[in-house]
Amino acid sequence: MKIHVYVTLKNGVLDPQGKAIHHALEGLGFAGVHDVRAGRFIELDVADDVNDADLDAMCAKLLANTVIENYRIVRP
Amino acid sequence: MKTAVIVFPGSNCDRDMAAALEHATGKAPAMVWHRETALPDGTDFVALPGGFSYGDYLRSGAMAARSPVMDAVRTAAARGVPVLGVCNGFQVLTEAGLLPGALMRNAGLNFVCRTVGLTVANNQSLFTGAYAAGEAIRIPVAHHDGNYFADAATLDRIEGEGRVAFRYAEEVNGSSRAIAGLLNDAGNVLGMMPHPERACEPAHGNQDGTRLFASALGALVG
Repeated sequence: MKIHVYVTLKNGVLDPQGKAIHHALEGLGFAGVHDVRAGRFIELDVADDVNDADLDAMCAKLLANTVIENYRIVRP
Repeated sequence: MKTAVIVFPGSNCDRDMAAALEHATGKAPAMVWHRETALPDGTDFVALPGGFSYGDYLRSGAMAARSPVMDAVRTAAARGVPVLGVCNGFQVLTEAGLLPGALMRNAGLNFVCRTVGLTVANNQSLFTGAYAAGEAIRIPVAHHDGNYFADAATLDRIEGEGRVAFRYAEEVNGSSRAIAGLLNDAGNVLGMMPHPERACEPAHGNQDGTRLFASALGALVG
């Protein structure tokens, strides 16, 4: 079973990488981009008996740093 | 006096740290591989060196913080054993939850590699007792992810508790409240981005880091 995990910076946490991407987009002539926030996408292939609590623990213990990041788990 | 340097795959300042510890104590430290589950018996000082453990995969220090040896480091820290994390070692300490906050990409996006001015913000700690309060010192930095972040309540708390050991005296990486070095609540764990082990021998051209090792290790001897 494929599980998708999206890790994003919390609101209010400065995102220098997103800012750099934003500047690069502007440099390429793309107008109308107000802001860019960069995150991380992780795909897990897990056994069917891996439950939501396990997935949540994986995110909280390793995949995201909850001091600065939020995570969202999406089952197909 | 038994010191130990933890070595992770991708550590690259472990030998510099070992040289600094040997210089300060007269005895070479134990080099402890990250897969060990215990520190050598009687270890009374632990150093987490700089470098790029696990290639900075996922987040700087994230994988190293979950390696087997860190349970032993956590237990030692809880017993009051001094733990010094420099650069990647600071990142590992925050990822391991031994220090609050996180170290993010430098605000200027560039890797910063130069000697910077610091202010000794707290000279009452185990690691800083040989410095004067407010003393200006110079220590090299070399990092890409040194931008210290914590929420406002945490920053107020650690400042109120005097846990900021060093501040940048100039703009370096965008760190909140210019925090360059941070103590845990018990005062026996110090994480710092600047490299004192690169400023502690005559050949380094700068020995401002010497007193950090003298403070921490001298306190143990005495």
